[in-house]
Amino acid sequence: MPDETLLSARGLSLRFGAIPALIDVDADLWPGEVLAIAGESGSGKSTLLNVLSGRLTPDDGVVWYRDTQAKLQDVHAMPQPALRALHRSDWGFVQQNPRENLRMGVSAGGNVGERLMAQGSRHYGRIRDQAADWLTQVEIDVARIDDLPRTFSGGMLQRLQIARTLVTHPRLVFMDEPTGGLDVSVQARLLDLIRGLVRRLDIAVVLVTHDLAVARLLAHRIMVMQRGRVVESGLTDQVLDDPQHAYTQLLVSSVLQA
Amino acid sequence: MTAMLRTTDLGKSFLLHLQGGLRIPVLDHVDISVAAGECVALVGASGAGKSTLLRSLYGNYRADAGAILIQHAGQLIDIAHASPRDIVKVRADTLGYVSQFLRVVPRVAAIDIVAEAARDMPPEAARDRARALLLRLNIPTRLHALPPATFSGGEQQRINLARGFMGSHPILLLDEPTASLDNANRDIVVDMIREAKQCRTAIVGIFHDVAVRDAVADRLYQVTPIQDS
Repeated sequence: MPDETLLSARGLSLRFGAIPALIDVDADLWPGEVLAIAGESGSGKSTLLNVLSGRLTPDDGVVWYRDTQAKLQDVHAMPQPALRALHRSDWGFVQQNPRENLRMGVSAGGNVGERLMAQGSRHYGRIRDQAADWLTQVEIDVARIDDLPRTFSGGMLQRLQIARTLVTHPRLVFMDEPTGGLDVSVQARLLDLIRGLVRRLDIAVVLVTHDLAVARLLAHRIMVMQRGRVVESGLTDQVLDDPQHAYTQLLVSSVLQA
Repeated sequence: MTAMLRTTDLGKSFLLHLQGGLRIPVLDHVDISVAAGECVALVGASGAGKSTLLRSLYGNYRADAGAILIQHAGQLIDIAHASPRDIVKVRADTLGYVSQFLRVVPRVAAIDIVAEAARDMPPEAARDRARALLLRLNIPTRLHALPPATFSGGEQQRINLARGFMGSHPILLLDEPTASLDNANRDIVVDMIREAKQCRTAIVGIFHDVAVRDAVADRLYQVTPIQDS
């Protein structure tokens, strides 16, 4: 693994009115690495994801991204078109609710192909082939390529969103509770799918989850947040099996064993 | 003989914030050294800290005193102080671990769980080796495509063993590898440990079964409980 980070954040702070959402947060992500941000509702984990991905501007602090030319970009100082271009190509964002990312009035194949077209692909046949290939990779029957997403189940929609996100081979994907809204029976399969794709394509992921089991199965490293602060971070299994901070000990010991 | 794994003055205690900051010391002044091809068995009463020591060696528990030095890719890495990323690399290439319990993504086939633990191997070769390991451990072909969640305790442990031996890591940590196995399977695991030693693997293990311990261990390391003061 190269020693230069893909993404580095220093001193991120953000207040929503009187409420501090982020307090002096540092974060680093290396290429090919999965980093989980865990914590309860209101801990600031989704806010951190939005700030890291440039969707929200912090009051203080900086986020550096090393682009494909190995040049450091200050994410929040980039012109909007450049940031949008980054989100369309080099980056991906997987929402908890796939409907926020998908176009429900466009076919499944169209949803996947659209990101390729946004990148400049124009050859229809090739776009359709790639869309079909990606549907297969996320285990959606290719026969459904012309169907509208609204005929899909929740698990299928989530897999379609993942296909749409990964088709441009992003180096960095942000995921916000990707298994959150799904039935448990569908979660396991999706987890395995995400894990396989991330490994095979060597994608770096920042994953927000309140589910410590999801963090354990997917993430190399974990950051635990409480009230806008990172209270503990480190190797995922070490933080979960030998938590040092009082809050992490409370979180880990509060999980129900099935 | 150069040590593949060596601890110096290793110490570990647990601080339980939810129990009013209760501090439980478990390990103190642990000095172990294991050479290539050697197997050291941890012995001591139940609760003495054998598992805590093994987990600390793997970086699963955080040692809070001393050092855990691992020969990794031509350099010494101190697991007690290494960055999480370095520990990930050491585990990928050097340090294997067979835990007592199988913990995997649900609904993944047994053979994939094992094959995925391969190092530097094309996918087909990894599957072949995984299949061979499972068969050797008496997991019949009809079970290979099934997720192990419904397997018996002994079967799950053998999946875990196959996964642990799959990577042929230069250092292997074994936590009760034969605890729920019958005699026939126990003997197979003993053979596998012996073969790993012949291939210069350095092994640290906890072996509840004295016959297994005597069959594989070159030395014993006594883990003594810390007296409450």
